[in-house]
Amino acid sequence: MEKIPILRMDQFLLVTIQVDMHDRLAMALQDDLTKAISETEARGVLIDISSLEIVDSFIGRMLANIAAMSRVLDAETVVVGMQPAVAITLVELGLSLPGVRTALNVDAGMSVLRASVNGNGEAYGSRFI
Amino acid sequence: MAVVSSETMPVQAEPDVVSVRRRVREVTAQMGFSLVDQTKIVTAASELARNTVIHGGGGTLHIESLNGPRTGLRLTFQDQGPGIQDVELALRDGFTTGSGLGLGLGGAKRLVSEFDIRSRVGEGTTIVATRWK
Repeated sequence: MEKIPILRMDQFLLVTIQVDMHDRLAMALQDDLTKAISETEARGVLIDISSLEIVDSFIGRMLANIAAMSRVLDAETVVVGMQPAVAITLVELGLSLPGVRTALNVDAGMSVLRASVNGNGEAYGSRFI
Repeated sequence: MAVVSSETMPVQAEPDVVSVRRRVREVTAQMGFSLVDQTKIVTAASELARNTVIHGGGGTLHIESLNGPRTGLRLTFQDQGPGIQDVELALRDGFTTGSGLGLGLGGAKRLVSEFDIRSRVGEGTTIVATRWK
């Protein structure tokens, strides 16, 4: 079965979703990430969804679940690179991604994670939606 | 109103949800829908296709492009599943019988121009979603 690779950089885990996510793949990513956070003692997770052409309620739930699970494991999650058309559609769909931190791009996302590890919640590009 | 082209595809199992998304994306792009509209239609199709698989036990999607006086895309999802007991309740946000967010039907309805559900308990469900250009 195909898998979404999880990269480790210092105390952070990086995931770039580049495939059309089918539901089982989304579930597997959730499990793999949770395992990886616990094994690597990562303090933050950055998920790049700039290649995702849609985020429906299932993928939205996966993102919210990952954020909630990583919080319980003392890691911050930030979702970066959402396409404008996807953002517009998400809002109309009624999906507000509670508890999911977002940033415009990878740079902004990394500074959110670094700031949260340094105990400073506010950082450049940080947004709660 | 004329049907310019039509096709039917299976919506039987989870991988079909991805195929539906891909095909609906292709058709909406060919028809010249804006990127935002394409995204809305594909997202609605994804929600409805998943419903067909999970709640309807699988079914079919009929894709029709319509022309004159208005241009639009009509998606008809049909299954012979258990049907929906209370359609109004099912359309309400937060309603779910599965493990989802309960945004599938109501959310899909908001993303299209016209939305029609016909369901009979024990016989199945037909959902027609149309988006005008």
